[in-house]
Amino acid sequence: MISRRELQATSKDAKPGVVQTHSKYPFRLNFYDRPPVEEITIEQFETAALDRLRVLAEIESCFARNRTFEEMGKVIVGIWDKYLPLHSSTAHLERLEEERRKDHIGHFVLRLAFCRSEDLRRRFVKAETTLFKLRYQSDDHNEREKFLKSRDFDWVVASPEEIQDLITPTSYDPASKSSTYYKVKWTRVPDLVEKRKVVLKGGMAYVPAAEQASIVYQEFQRHLEKDLEATAKALPRLDEDTRLIPILDNLSKGFQAGISSEWAGKTEGQEGLTADMIDEMAYKHYPACMRNLHMALRRDKHLKHFGRLQYGLFLKVLGLSIDEALAFWRKAFSTMQDDKFNKEYRYNIRHSYGLEGKRANYAAMSCQQILMSHEPGSGDSHGCPYRHFSADNLQSALLTMYSDHGLTSQDMPEIMHMVKQKHYHVACTRVFEITHAHQGVKKGEGVGGGESVTHPNQYAARSRELEKKENGDGDVVMQG
Amino acid sequence: MLAFYRRLYPFKSLFTWLNHEHAPTKLFTHREFAFTLQGDVYLRYNSFATPDDLKKQVCAYNPTRFEIGPVYSARPRDKKTVRDAAFSPQLRELVFDIDMSDYDPVRTCCAAADICRRCWQFIAAAVRVLDRALRDQFGYTHLLWVYSGRRGIHLWVSDREALELTDEQRRALVGWLTVIQGGKEMHKKVNVRVGGKSLPPSLAQAYKMLEPVFHELILEDQDVFASEERWQALLHLVPDAVREKLKNAWERDPHRASADKWQNVLDEVDAWKPPARHAASQTQTPAAIKEDIVLQYTYPRLDAEVSKHRNHLLKAPFCVHPKTGRVCVPVDPRTIDRFDPGRVPTVHQLLRELDAAAPPAPSGGGETGEGVGGDKVTAAGEHHADWERTSLKPYVELLDRHARGLMEETRRAKQKMDLSW
Ligand SMILES: [Zn+2]
Repeated sequence: MISRRELQATSKDAKPGVVQTHSKYPFRLNFYDRPPVEEITIEQFETAALDRLRVLAEIESCFARNRTFEEMGKVIVGIWDKYLPLHSSTAHLERLEEERRKDHIGHFVLRLAFCRSEDLRRRFVKAETTLFKLRYQSDDHNEREKFLKSRDFDWVVASPEEIQDLITPTSYDPASKSSTYYKVKWTRVPDLVEKRKVVLKGGMAYVPAAEQASIVYQEFQRHLEKDLEATAKALPRLDEDTRLIPILDNLSKGFQAGISSEWAGKTEGQEGLTADMIDEMAYKHYPACMRNLHMALRRDKHLKHFGRLQYGLFLKVLGLSIDEALAFWRKAFSTMQDDKFNKEYRYNIRHSYGLEGKRANYAAMSCQQILMSHEPGSGDSHGCPYRHFSADNLQSALLTMYSDHGLTSQDMPEIMHMVKQKHYHVACTRVFEITHAHQGVKKGEGVGGGESVTHPNQYAARSRELEKKENGDGDVVMQG
Repeated sequence: MLAFYRRLYPFKSLFTWLNHEHAPTKLFTHREFAFTLQGDVYLRYNSFATPDDLKKQVCAYNPTRFEIGPVYSARPRDKKTVRDAAFSPQLRELVFDIDMSDYDPVRTCCAAADICRRCWQFIAAAVRVLDRALRDQFGYTHLLWVYSGRRGIHLWVSDREALELTDEQRRALVGWLTVIQGGKEMHKKVNVRVGGKSLPPSLAQAYKMLEPVFHELILEDQDVFASEERWQALLHLVPDAVREKLKNAWERDPHRASADKWQNVLDEVDAWKPPARHAASQTQTPAAIKEDIVLQYTYPRLDAEVSKHRNHLLKAPFCVHPKTGRVCVPVDPRTIDRFDPGRVPTVHQLLRELDAAAPPAPSGGGETGEGVGGDKVTAAGEHHADWERTSLKPYVELLDRHARGLMEETRRAKQKMDLSW
């Protein structure tokens, strides 16, 4: 039931790419003035970009969920430690150079992928500037000072006389009277002007030292905006390297879907999960896409190719052993003759468990794959309901699936708004929060630590974890 | 209207004001003009090579009014044939719109679309405060104030740096200047003291200008706190304890004058002690309460959306307001207090003046330079100087003086460029 072509792992074509040389990274912070010019393999090219994309996608989803900058910091630090660690120079790590090189390469690959439309450019600039801010704030103080000295930010320290003229007459803020003010054109710090955090005189903004970072952020943003536009104009030439095009296309699609997934390769489900436990599992723990497939399977006693693919691998990762899987599918296709099942389906199920053919350990599909590949046709049940259902159908489907778990029609406007904004994973995350509120999940908590749903198995695993915790706690209460 | 466009409308002056020099540049040729025709037909993305072309088209359409938009990266009339990416707003005057109807909660003489000399003083105060702020704080010098023809005023800032502002920067500037915020449901509309007890310096300066206005206009002329509805609104802005006390006193004495009521507020607020550990005590000092009230009643009320986007269209100066028939004339901010919207010429009055005046002087002499496109023989230029013989004259001269300032600036900038090469 699973064709080899669909699932073949990304080929690791290690031929050296076009990009080449340069390698000094004195600072953790980087304004990315120059592209990497050393030899880079296609694999490095892709890994650096994908790992960075995970971080940026999570930043986007933090914005979509209205997190404060502080909350976002906590969420993102966890994710960049995993995918894009970047230590300060004082750490004297051997891998320092390697980390910074990866950061450098990833940034430039994504520039290529995201310079192509105004919308992508805008989103990329916002996410990258936010990443820069988070890093700036977490940077070692001395190192940051050195970094600031290494560039010309074109600011002038205002003389004491100037400050006295501007600040004293109203004793605006006594605490800041003695401190340093940087003088820049007001148009360079629009955010500070909007909040009246500067003093303005003749078109110059006097920025108190405490707000100095804003000048740096604005400069980073302006710099990146300019470079992206230049890259967009130069891009047609790069398009001639046909190896890069599909990678860049996938990256920009991934950004649109909001990826970040570690679940793709995992197979750590529940021990002793059996075929007859699946109905209860589906009712209690499935995200909408899998719930929909399960309901279709029960209703039609059949699923079409991509539906079996999407659901079968999910079940494998959920913890269903090969024997139980064979039992599950055999029972599910109840109107089918043994003969036909054995001939047409048994092999494919065993194949998906890596027991036939090239014995690959196939990964379950991530949200990104579900969102982006194999657009469902009219008779299909696979795909992501948030994306592939009409608004009416989605609302009634969600209420059918989850009203027992606390989802009500009052929640719909919020969910549908996210869907309309194309934040499908955010909508799914919100449904998770609502349907697990009775287990203490709060708005903004996501599937733990503020993470958004990026994989159906991650959704189900977290749901089961919460149930286990609840039962565990329950026991304690009983004993006490 | 057609006679007005053909004989009186100062196309040449409009052109030099938008273009900053004699020969047409992108500032004019890539500029969007939008026409509103009879029957509410709206035609966008028109553009013209010369002021003559503009005049011909205006006379052909005879629009009820026309609006001016941004300078685009391509000629707006070619919009359909260029890629979307190649068509975006590049330059635009920084514009403001102040509408008298936003002042309804604080004026008593008129309401809605009406305006008189008395409530014009609100506009006058707004003009003084904004004019000063834009010059002192932002360093702009080329400000053109234009009466909107009915109940408001527009401002066009044409400094090169203002033209180049991005939408983000415009939004920031509007944020800096905006003090009155919150709709009907929000009693206290002034919240500007984040971080400090005293007003930020820019607003302290505005307060100094507005305090006398509060006394003369709010307390004396408009007697705003006479009606119960209005003094109740005032009491929403003072601490609870003060409110209760004054409410009882004023209910017993409903005819107390606004100035006396204000004196009561000042006395009670001064005597008021903020409760210890009061959450708002950081910003709720007696001085802050008084200043915020003065600002709420007198500070300029901006229509922020107009100023935030480069592609917002705004009615061109010297158009005629369809309801009042009055011409949207430039106004000198230095004499704004004496401006009387009721004495602005109407289109009918101007045409009557023109009929009554002597026939035009023979061509030649000082008028030649004023001809549209510099060519006196064209049909469009025929009546070029007719406005000189009407009461429109001082207003056109005001625009011409303003445009000369811009041309001088352009000349200096070019000279500097030449020297630096
Ligand atoms: Zn009035």
